[in-house]
Amino acid sequence: MSSPETSPYKDSEASPHGETRATEWPLWEIFIRGQHGLSHRHVGSLHAPDAEMAIKNARDVYTRRNEGVSIWAVEASDIAASSPEEKGALYEPANDKVYRHPTFFDIPDEVGAM
Amino acid sequence: MYAQMIKSTGQGVKSLDEMEPDERAFQERINAGGKIEPKDWMPEGYRKNLIRQIGQHAHSEIVGQLPEGNWITRAPTLERKAILLAKVQDEAGHGLYLYCAAETLGVTRDDLTRDLLSGKMKYSSIFNYPTLTWADMGAVGWLVDGAAIMNQVPLQRTSYGPYARAMVRICKEESFHQRQGFDIMMKMANGTEAQRKMAQDALNRFWGPALMMFGPSDADSVHSAQSMAWKIKMNSNDELRQKFVDQTAPQAEYLGLTIPDKTCKLNAETGHYDFAQPDWDEFFDVLRGNGPCNTERLEARNKAWDDGRWVREGLLAHAAKKRSAKLAAE
Repeated sequence: MSSPETSPYKDSEASPHGETRATEWPLWEIFIRGQHGLSHRHVGSLHAPDAEMAIKNARDVYTRRNEGVSIWAVEASDIAASSPEEKGALYEPANDKVYRHPTFFDIPDEVGAM
Repeated sequence: MYAQMIKSTGQGVKSLDEMEPDERAFQERINAGGKIEPKDWMPEGYRKNLIRQIGQHAHSEIVGQLPEGNWITRAPTLERKAILLAKVQDEAGHGLYLYCAAETLGVTRDDLTRDLLSGKMKYSSIFNYPTLTWADMGAVGWLVDGAAIMNQVPLQRTSYGPYARAMVRICKEESFHQRQGFDIMMKMANGTEAQRKMAQDALNRFWGPALMMFGPSDADSVHSAQSMAWKIKMNSNDELRQKFVDQTAPQAEYLGLTIPDKTCKLNAETGHYDFAQPDWDEFFDVLRGNGPCNTERLEARNKAWDDGRWVREGLLAHAAKKRSAKLAAE
Protein backbone atom coordinates (compact mmCIF):
# COMPACT_ATOMS: atom_id res chain seq x y z
CA MET A 1 0.00 0.00 0.00
CA SER A 2 1.52 3.30 -1.01
CA SER A 3 0.34 6.87 -0.77
CA PRO A 4 1.25 10.13 -2.49
CA GLU A 5 3.56 10.80 0.44
CA THR A 6 5.82 7.99 -0.69
CA SER A 7 5.54 8.85 -4.36
CA PRO A 8 8.66 8.15 -6.41
CA TYR A 9 7.84 11.23 -8.49
CA LYS A 10 9.83 14.23 -7.39
CA ASP A 11 6.98 16.70 -7.59
CA SER A 12 4.37 14.72 -5.71
CA GLU A 13 5.56 15.04 -2.15
CA ALA A 14 3.35 16.89 0.27
CA SER A 15 3.45 20.67 0.14
CA PRO A 16 2.12 23.04 2.79
CA HIS A 17 -1.66 23.38 2.84
CA GLY A 18 -3.04 25.89 0.40
CA GLU A 19 -0.53 25.43 -2.40
CA THR A 20 -1.16 23.46 -5.54
CA ARG A 21 1.41 20.78 -6.04
CA ALA A 22 3.05 20.52 -9.45
CA THR A 23 1.23 17.24 -10.16
CA GLU A 24 -2.21 18.48 -9.21
CA TRP A 25 -4.43 19.43 -12.13
CA PRO A 26 -5.43 23.11 -12.08
CA LEU A 27 -8.72 24.13 -10.47
CA TRP A 28 -11.50 25.33 -12.79
CA GLU A 29 -14.63 27.20 -11.78
CA ILE A 30 -17.69 25.95 -13.63
CA PHE A 31 -20.64 28.03 -14.82
CA ILE A 32 -23.78 26.49 -16.32
CA ARG A 33 -26.66 28.07 -18.22
CA GLY A 34 -29.96 26.35 -17.51
CA GLN A 35 -32.75 25.57 -19.95
CA HIS A 36 -34.77 28.73 -19.67
CA GLY A 37 -32.62 31.53 -21.02
CA LEU A 38 -31.06 32.59 -17.72
CA SER A 39 -27.42 33.67 -17.43
CA HIS A 40 -24.64 31.22 -16.72
CA ARG A 41 -24.49 30.53 -13.01
CA HIS A 42 -21.59 29.37 -10.86
CA VAL A 43 -22.16 25.75 -9.80
CA GLY A 44 -18.84 24.70 -8.29
CA SER A 45 -15.33 23.78 -9.28
CA LEU A 46 -13.32 20.80 -10.45
CA HIS A 47 -9.79 19.82 -11.40
CA ALA A 48 -8.80 19.22 -15.02
CA PRO A 49 -5.56 19.30 -16.99
CA ASP A 50 -6.91 21.71 -19.63
CA ALA A 51 -10.03 23.58 -20.76
CA GLU A 52 -11.29 20.78 -22.99
CA MET A 53 -11.15 18.23 -20.18
CA ALA A 54 -12.63 20.77 -17.74
CA ILE A 55 -15.74 20.99 -19.94
CA LYS A 56 -15.93 17.20 -20.33
CA ASN A 57 -15.59 16.72 -16.57
CA ALA A 58 -18.12 19.49 -15.88
CA ARG A 59 -20.60 17.62 -18.05
CA ASP A 60 -20.21 14.54 -15.83
CA VAL A 61 -20.05 16.33 -12.49
CA TYR A 62 -22.63 19.08 -12.89
CA THR A 63 -25.12 18.14 -15.63
CA ARG A 64 -26.08 14.51 -15.00
CA ARG A 65 -29.75 15.49 -14.91
CA ASN A 66 -30.15 17.93 -17.78
CA GLU A 67 -29.24 20.90 -15.61
CA GLY A 68 -27.83 22.92 -18.47
CA VAL A 69 -27.45 23.75 -22.13
CA SER A 70 -24.10 25.55 -21.96
CA ILE A 71 -20.93 25.22 -19.87
CA TRP A 72 -18.23 27.79 -19.14
CA ALA A 73 -14.98 26.69 -17.50
CA VAL A 74 -12.65 29.37 -16.15
CA GLU A 75 -9.34 28.63 -14.52
CA ALA A 76 -9.76 29.65 -10.87
CA SER A 77 -6.48 31.55 -10.83
CA ASP A 78 -7.80 33.81 -13.63
CA ILE A 79 -10.75 35.08 -11.60
CA ALA A 80 -10.42 38.51 -10.01
CA ALA A 81 -12.68 38.87 -6.99
CA SER A 82 -13.57 41.69 -4.60
CA SER A 83 -12.55 41.10 -1.03
CA PRO A 84 -14.87 41.20 2.00
CA GLU A 85 -12.93 44.16 3.48
CA GLU A 86 -13.99 46.29 0.52
CA LYS A 87 -17.63 45.65 1.29
CA GLY A 88 -18.19 49.06 2.87
CA ALA A 89 -16.50 51.09 0.18
CA LEU A 90 -18.20 49.15 -2.60
CA TYR A 91 -21.77 48.76 -1.43
CA GLU A 92 -22.54 51.32 1.26
CA PRO A 93 -22.88 54.27 -1.15
CA ALA A 94 -25.94 52.50 -2.55
CA ASN A 95 -27.68 52.65 0.84
CA ASP A 96 -28.31 56.41 0.77
CA LYS A 97 -29.60 56.40 -2.81
CA VAL A 98 -33.03 55.04 -2.05
CA TYR A 99 -34.42 57.15 -4.90
CA ARG A 100 -32.98 54.54 -7.24
CA HIS A 101 -35.86 52.27 -6.25
CA PRO A 102 -39.25 52.90 -7.88
CA THR A 103 -41.03 52.64 -4.52
CA PHE A 104 -39.36 55.95 -3.49
CA PHE A 105 -41.91 57.85 -5.58
CA ASP A 106 -45.57 58.08 -4.60
CA ILE A 107 -47.70 58.05 -7.70
CA PRO A 108 -51.39 58.88 -7.12
CA ASP A 109 -53.78 55.97 -7.64
CA GLU A 110 -55.75 57.84 -10.31
CA VAL A 111 -52.67 57.82 -12.58
CA GLY A 112 -52.99 54.04 -12.85
CA ALA A 113 -50.27 51.44 -13.30
CA MET A 114 -46.76 52.80 -13.83
CA MET B 1 -23.12 9.92 9.91
CA TYR B 2 -20.94 10.42 6.85
CA ALA B 3 -18.85 12.57 9.18
CA GLN B 4 -18.47 10.91 12.60
CA MET B 5 -16.71 11.95 15.79
CA ILE B 6 -15.45 15.23 14.34
CA LYS B 7 -13.20 17.00 16.81
CA SER B 8 -13.72 20.71 17.34
CA THR B 9 -11.55 23.03 19.43
CA GLY B 10 -12.36 20.96 22.54
CA GLN B 11 -12.36 24.14 24.62
CA GLY B 12 -16.07 24.60 25.02
CA VAL B 13 -18.21 27.34 23.57
CA LYS B 14 -17.21 30.90 24.41
CA SER B 15 -19.89 33.43 25.31
CA LEU B 16 -20.14 36.53 23.12
CA ASP B 17 -18.59 38.58 25.96
CA GLU B 18 -15.48 36.39 26.02
CA MET B 19 -14.83 36.85 22.30
CA GLU B 20 -12.51 39.24 20.51
CA PRO B 21 -14.36 41.72 18.24
CA ASP B 22 -13.69 39.74 15.02
CA GLU B 23 -14.90 36.49 16.51
CA ARG B 24 -17.89 38.15 18.08
CA ALA B 25 -18.98 39.73 14.78
CA PHE B 26 -18.52 36.30 13.16
CA GLN B 27 -20.65 34.52 15.78
CA GLU B 28 -23.34 37.21 15.65
CA ARG B 29 -23.55 36.81 11.90
CA ILE B 30 -24.06 33.06 12.30
CA ASN B 31 -26.63 33.58 15.07
CA ALA B 32 -28.56 35.87 12.71
CA GLY B 33 -28.65 33.13 10.07
CA GLY B 34 -25.99 34.72 7.84
CA LYS B 35 -23.63 32.71 5.63
CA ILE B 36 -19.86 32.65 5.92
CA GLU B 37 -18.08 32.75 2.55
CA PRO B 38 -14.55 31.58 1.64
CA LYS B 39 -12.75 34.93 1.84
CA ASP B 40 -14.50 36.09 5.05
CA TRP B 41 -12.65 36.20 8.34
CA MET B 42 -13.22 33.04 10.35
CA PRO B 43 -11.74 31.57 13.54
CA GLU B 44 -8.99 29.06 12.81
CA GLY B 45 -10.94 26.43 14.77
CA TYR B 46 -13.96 26.87 12.50
CA ARG B 47 -11.81 26.45 9.40
CA LYS B 48 -10.03 23.34 10.69
CA ASN B 49 -13.21 21.78 12.02
CA LEU B 50 -14.92 22.29 8.66
CA ILE B 51 -12.00 20.84 6.69
CA ARG B 52 -12.16 17.73 8.89
CA GLN B 53 -15.92 17.44 8.56
CA ILE B 54 -16.31 18.18 4.84
CA GLY B 55 -13.22 16.13 4.03
CA GLN B 56 -14.51 13.13 5.95
CA HIS B 57 -17.88 13.51 4.28
CA ALA B 58 -16.23 13.65 0.83
CA HIS B 59 -14.09 10.59 1.58
CA SER B 60 -17.24 8.71 2.64
CA GLU B 61 -18.89 9.44 -0.70
CA ILE B 62 -15.82 8.22 -2.58
CA VAL B 63 -15.18 5.10 -0.48
CA GLY B 64 -18.94 4.53 -0.42
CA GLN B 65 -18.77 3.68 -4.12
CA LEU B 66 -16.87 0.48 -3.34
CA PRO B 67 -19.51 -1.63 -1.55
CA GLU B 68 -22.04 -0.87 -4.28
CA GLY B 69 -19.56 -1.03 -7.13
CA ASN B 70 -19.12 -4.63 -5.97
CA TRP B 71 -22.53 -5.53 -7.48
CA ILE B 72 -22.54 -3.58 -10.75
CA THR B 73 -21.31 -6.50 -12.82
CA ARG B 74 -23.74 -8.88 -11.11
CA ALA B 75 -26.93 -6.82 -11.08
CA PRO B 76 -29.89 -9.11 -11.85
CA THR B 77 -31.17 -7.17 -14.89
CA LEU B 78 -29.82 -4.65 -17.36
CA GLU B 79 -32.15 -2.01 -15.92
CA ARG B 80 -30.96 -2.62 -12.35
CA LYS B 81 -27.40 -2.45 -13.60
CA ALA B 82 -27.94 0.90 -15.34
CA ILE B 83 -29.65 2.29 -12.22
CA LEU B 84 -26.86 1.11 -9.92
CA LEU B 85 -24.23 2.56 -12.24
CA ALA B 86 -26.02 5.93 -12.19
CA LYS B 87 -26.26 5.78 -8.41
CA VAL B 88 -22.58 5.01 -7.95
CA GLN B 89 -21.68 7.78 -10.41
CA ASP B 90 -23.76 10.17 -8.29
CA GLU B 91 -21.70 9.20 -5.24
CA ALA B 92 -18.54 10.18 -7.12
CA GLY B 93 -20.24 13.49 -7.96
CA HIS B 94 -21.16 14.04 -4.31
CA GLY B 95 -17.55 13.45 -3.31
CA LEU B 96 -16.42 16.02 -5.87
CA TYR B 97 -18.95 18.68 -4.77
CA LEU B 98 -17.67 18.26 -1.21
CA TYR B 99 -13.97 18.24 -2.07
CA CYS B 100 -14.44 21.52 -3.94
CA ALA B 101 -16.23 23.00 -0.90
CA ALA B 102 -13.32 21.89 1.32
CA GLU B 103 -10.81 23.38 -1.10
CA THR B 104 -12.33 26.84 -0.60
CA LEU B 105 -10.95 26.60 2.96
CA GLY B 106 -7.35 26.49 1.74
CA VAL B 107 -6.66 22.77 1.68
CA THR B 108 -5.70 21.14 -1.63
CA ARG B 109 -7.35 18.11 -3.21
CA ASP B 110 -4.06 16.22 -3.04
CA ASP B 111 -3.71 17.00 0.68
CA LEU B 112 -7.13 15.51 1.33
CA THR B 113 -6.45 12.48 -0.86
CA ARG B 114 -3.12 11.91 0.83
CA ASP B 115 -4.73 11.99 4.27
CA LEU B 116 -7.39 9.50 3.19
CA LEU B 117 -4.86 7.12 1.64
CA SER B 118 -2.55 7.22 4.66
CA GLY B 119 -5.48 6.54 7.00
CA LYS B 120 -5.04 9.89 8.79
CA MET B 121 -8.51 11.04 7.76
CA LYS B 122 -11.48 8.75 8.27
CA TYR B 123 -14.60 7.97 6.28
CA SER B 124 -17.92 6.71 7.63
CA SER B 125 -17.76 3.43 9.56
CA ILE B 126 -20.66 2.04 7.49
CA PHE B 127 -18.49 1.48 4.42
CA ASN B 128 -16.28 -0.97 6.24
CA TYR B 129 -19.04 -3.59 6.08
CA PRO B 130 -19.23 -6.01 3.15
CA THR B 131 -22.09 -6.25 0.65
CA LEU B 132 -22.68 -9.98 0.48
CA THR B 133 -25.85 -10.33 -1.59
CA TRP B 134 -27.92 -8.35 -4.08
CA ALA B 135 -30.37 -7.52 -1.27
CA ASP B 136 -27.57 -5.50 0.31
CA MET B 137 -27.94 -3.02 -2.57
CA GLY B 138 -31.50 -2.55 -1.38
CA ALA B 139 -30.52 -2.25 2.28
CA VAL B 140 -27.72 0.22 1.52
CA GLY B 141 -29.98 2.54 -0.49
CA TRP B 142 -32.87 2.27 1.93
CA LEU B 143 -30.99 2.40 5.25
CA VAL B 144 -27.59 3.96 4.58
CA ASP B 145 -28.78 6.65 2.18
CA GLY B 146 -31.87 7.06 4.35
CA ALA B 147 -29.69 7.74 7.40
CA ALA B 148 -27.47 10.09 5.39
CA ILE B 149 -30.49 12.12 4.27
CA MET B 150 -31.48 12.68 7.93
CA ASN B 151 -28.23 14.54 8.46
CA GLN B 152 -27.86 16.17 5.05
CA VAL B 153 -31.25 17.84 4.81
CA PRO B 154 -30.63 20.11 7.84
CA LEU B 155 -27.04 20.72 6.66
CA GLN B 156 -28.45 22.60 3.67
CA ARG B 157 -28.85 25.42 6.22
CA THR B 158 -25.29 25.17 7.56
CA SER B 159 -23.39 28.43 8.10
CA TYR B 160 -20.62 27.84 5.55
CA GLY B 161 -21.90 28.89 2.12
CA PRO B 162 -19.98 26.46 -0.13
CA TYR B 163 -20.86 23.51 2.16
CA ALA B 164 -24.55 24.48 2.24
CA ARG B 165 -24.65 24.78 -1.56
CA ALA B 166 -22.97 21.38 -1.99
CA MET B 167 -25.62 19.93 0.35
CA VAL B 168 -28.44 21.38 -1.71
CA ARG B 169 -27.12 19.62 -4.82
CA ILE B 170 -26.57 16.38 -2.91
CA CYS B 171 -30.02 16.33 -1.31
CA LYS B 172 -31.66 16.77 -4.71
CA GLU B 173 -30.03 13.54 -5.85
CA GLU B 174 -30.15 11.58 -2.61
CA SER B 175 -33.83 10.75 -2.64
CA PHE B 176 -33.35 8.85 -5.93
CA HIS B 177 -30.79 6.77 -4.03
CA GLN B 178 -33.07 5.92 -1.15
CA ARG B 179 -36.04 5.15 -3.39
CA GLN B 180 -34.04 2.85 -5.67
CA GLY B 181 -32.92 0.97 -2.54
CA PHE B 182 -36.45 0.65 -1.21
CA ASP B 183 -37.62 -0.48 -4.64
CA ILE B 184 -35.08 -3.34 -4.55
CA MET B 185 -36.25 -4.23 -1.02
CA MET B 186 -39.91 -4.29 -2.13
CA LYS B 187 -39.09 -6.61 -5.01
CA MET B 188 -37.09 -8.94 -2.77
CA ALA B 189 -39.52 -8.88 0.15
CA ASN B 190 -42.42 -9.77 -2.14
CA GLY B 191 -40.46 -12.32 -4.15
CA THR B 192 -39.75 -15.99 -3.53
CA GLU B 193 -39.10 -17.31 -0.04
CA ALA B 194 -35.36 -17.33 -0.77
CA GLN B 195 -35.50 -13.67 -1.88
CA ARG B 196 -37.50 -12.67 1.21
CA LYS B 197 -34.92 -14.37 3.42
CA MET B 198 -32.14 -12.55 1.62
CA ALA B 199 -33.89 -9.20 2.22
CA GLN B 200 -34.37 -10.02 5.92
CA ASP B 201 -30.73 -11.04 6.22
CA ALA B 202 -29.61 -7.74 4.66
CA LEU B 203 -31.77 -5.80 7.13
CA ASN B 204 -30.36 -7.87 10.00
CA ARG B 205 -26.79 -7.06 9.03
CA PHE B 206 -27.25 -3.37 8.20
CA TRP B 207 -29.61 -2.25 10.98
CA GLY B 208 -26.97 -1.88 13.70
CA PRO B 209 -24.29 -0.32 11.47
CA ALA B 210 -26.93 2.13 10.10
CA LEU B 211 -27.77 3.28 13.65
CA MET B 212 -24.04 3.67 14.32
CA MET B 213 -23.75 6.08 11.39
CA PHE B 214 -25.11 8.85 13.60
CA GLY B 215 -22.28 8.36 16.07
CA PRO B 216 -22.55 7.75 19.82
CA SER B 217 -24.66 10.05 21.97
CA ASP B 218 -23.10 13.51 21.91
CA ALA B 219 -25.35 15.11 24.51
CA ASP B 220 -22.28 15.91 26.65
CA SER B 221 -19.72 16.46 23.88
CA VAL B 222 -17.85 19.80 23.90
CA HIS B 223 -16.95 19.20 20.25
CA SER B 224 -20.59 18.90 19.24
CA ALA B 225 -21.57 21.93 21.33
CA GLN B 226 -19.02 24.07 19.48
CA SER B 227 -20.06 22.68 16.08
CA MET B 228 -23.67 23.43 16.88
CA ALA B 229 -22.86 26.99 17.95
CA TRP B 230 -21.10 27.43 14.61
CA LYS B 231 -24.05 25.81 12.82
CA ILE B 232 -21.92 23.23 11.09
CA LYS B 233 -23.83 20.57 12.99
CA MET B 234 -27.55 21.16 13.14
CA ASN B 235 -28.94 18.35 15.33
CA SER B 236 -27.65 16.06 18.05
CA ASN B 237 -26.77 12.48 17.13
CA ASP B 238 -29.56 11.06 19.30
CA GLU B 239 -32.13 13.37 17.79
CA LEU B 240 -31.26 12.27 14.23
CA ARG B 241 -31.08 8.59 15.19
CA GLN B 242 -34.56 8.76 16.74
CA LYS B 243 -35.90 10.45 13.63
CA PHE B 244 -34.37 7.74 11.47
CA VAL B 245 -35.90 4.91 13.53
CA ASP B 246 -39.30 6.66 13.56
CA GLN B 247 -39.21 6.88 9.79
CA THR B 248 -37.75 3.46 9.06
CA ALA B 249 -39.65 1.16 11.44
CA PRO B 250 -43.03 1.60 9.67
CA GLN B 251 -41.31 1.09 6.30
CA ALA B 252 -39.89 -2.23 7.51
CA GLU B 253 -43.39 -3.19 8.59
CA TYR B 254 -44.71 -2.31 5.14
CA LEU B 255 -42.08 -4.59 3.62
CA GLY B 256 -43.12 -7.39 6.01
CA LEU B 257 -39.57 -7.52 7.37
CA THR B 258 -38.60 -7.60 11.05
CA ILE B 259 -36.18 -5.12 12.57
CA PRO B 260 -33.58 -7.20 14.43
CA ASP B 261 -34.40 -5.57 17.77
CA LYS B 262 -37.18 -7.00 19.93
CA THR B 263 -37.48 -3.75 21.86
CA CYS B 264 -38.18 -1.72 18.71
CA LYS B 265 -41.81 -0.66 18.95
CA LEU B 266 -43.94 2.44 19.02
CA ASN B 267 -44.16 4.01 22.47
CA ALA B 268 -47.68 5.39 22.77
CA GLU B 269 -46.61 7.85 25.47
CA THR B 270 -43.75 9.50 23.61
CA GLY B 271 -45.10 8.98 20.11
CA HIS B 272 -41.64 7.70 19.14
CA TYR B 273 -40.22 4.24 18.59
CA ASP B 274 -38.20 2.71 21.42
CA PHE B 275 -35.09 0.91 20.24
CA ALA B 276 -31.90 -0.65 21.58
CA GLN B 277 -28.53 1.07 21.16
CA PRO B 278 -26.24 -0.61 18.63
CA ASP B 279 -23.00 -2.26 19.77
CA TRP B 280 -20.75 0.74 20.45
CA ASP B 281 -17.71 -1.45 21.14
CA GLU B 282 -18.02 -2.71 17.59
CA PHE B 283 -18.31 0.88 16.34
CA PHE B 284 -15.08 2.00 18.03
CA ASP B 285 -13.36 -1.14 16.83
CA VAL B 286 -14.35 -0.38 13.22
CA LEU B 287 -13.10 3.21 13.62
CA ARG B 288 -9.77 1.83 14.86
CA GLY B 289 -9.44 -0.01 11.56
CA ASN B 290 -10.69 -3.43 12.61
CA GLY B 291 -13.97 -3.61 10.66
CA PRO B 292 -14.48 -6.45 8.17
CA CYS B 293 -13.41 -4.34 5.16
CA ASN B 294 -11.18 -1.47 6.40
CA THR B 295 -8.03 -2.91 4.84
CA GLU B 296 -9.73 -3.84 1.58
CA ARG B 297 -11.28 -0.35 1.18
CA LEU B 298 -8.03 1.53 1.76
CA GLU B 299 -6.15 -0.86 -0.50
CA ALA B 300 -8.68 -0.27 -3.28
CA ARG B 301 -8.34 3.53 -2.96
CA ASN B 302 -4.55 3.35 -2.87
CA LYS B 303 -4.49 1.07 -5.91
CA ALA B 304 -6.77 3.44 -7.82
CA TRP B 305 -4.49 6.36 -6.95
CA ASP B 306 -1.31 4.50 -7.90
CA ASP B 307 -2.73 2.98 -11.09
CA GLY B 308 -4.09 6.36 -12.16
CA ARG B 309 -0.83 8.20 -11.76
CA TRP B 310 0.28 7.78 -15.39
CA VAL B 311 -3.07 9.19 -16.55
CA ARG B 312 -2.85 12.23 -14.28
CA GLU B 313 0.71 12.96 -15.30
CA GLY B 314 0.22 12.14 -18.97
CA LEU B 315 -2.73 14.50 -19.34
CA LEU B 316 -0.83 17.24 -17.55
CA ALA B 317 2.15 16.79 -19.89
CA HIS B 318 -0.18 16.81 -22.89
CA ALA B 319 -1.81 20.04 -21.69
CA ALA B 320 1.61 21.68 -21.21
CA LYS B 321 2.68 20.61 -24.70
CA LYS B 322 -0.50 21.99 -26.26
CA ARG B 323 -0.07 25.25 -24.37
CA SER B 324 3.49 25.77 -25.58
CA ALA B 325 2.54 24.86 -29.17
CA LYS B 326 -0.22 27.46 -29.01
CA LEU B 327 2.18 30.08 -27.62
CA ALA B 328 4.70 29.31 -30.38
CA ALA B 329 2.02 29.76 -33.03
CA GLU B 330 1.01 33.20 -31.73
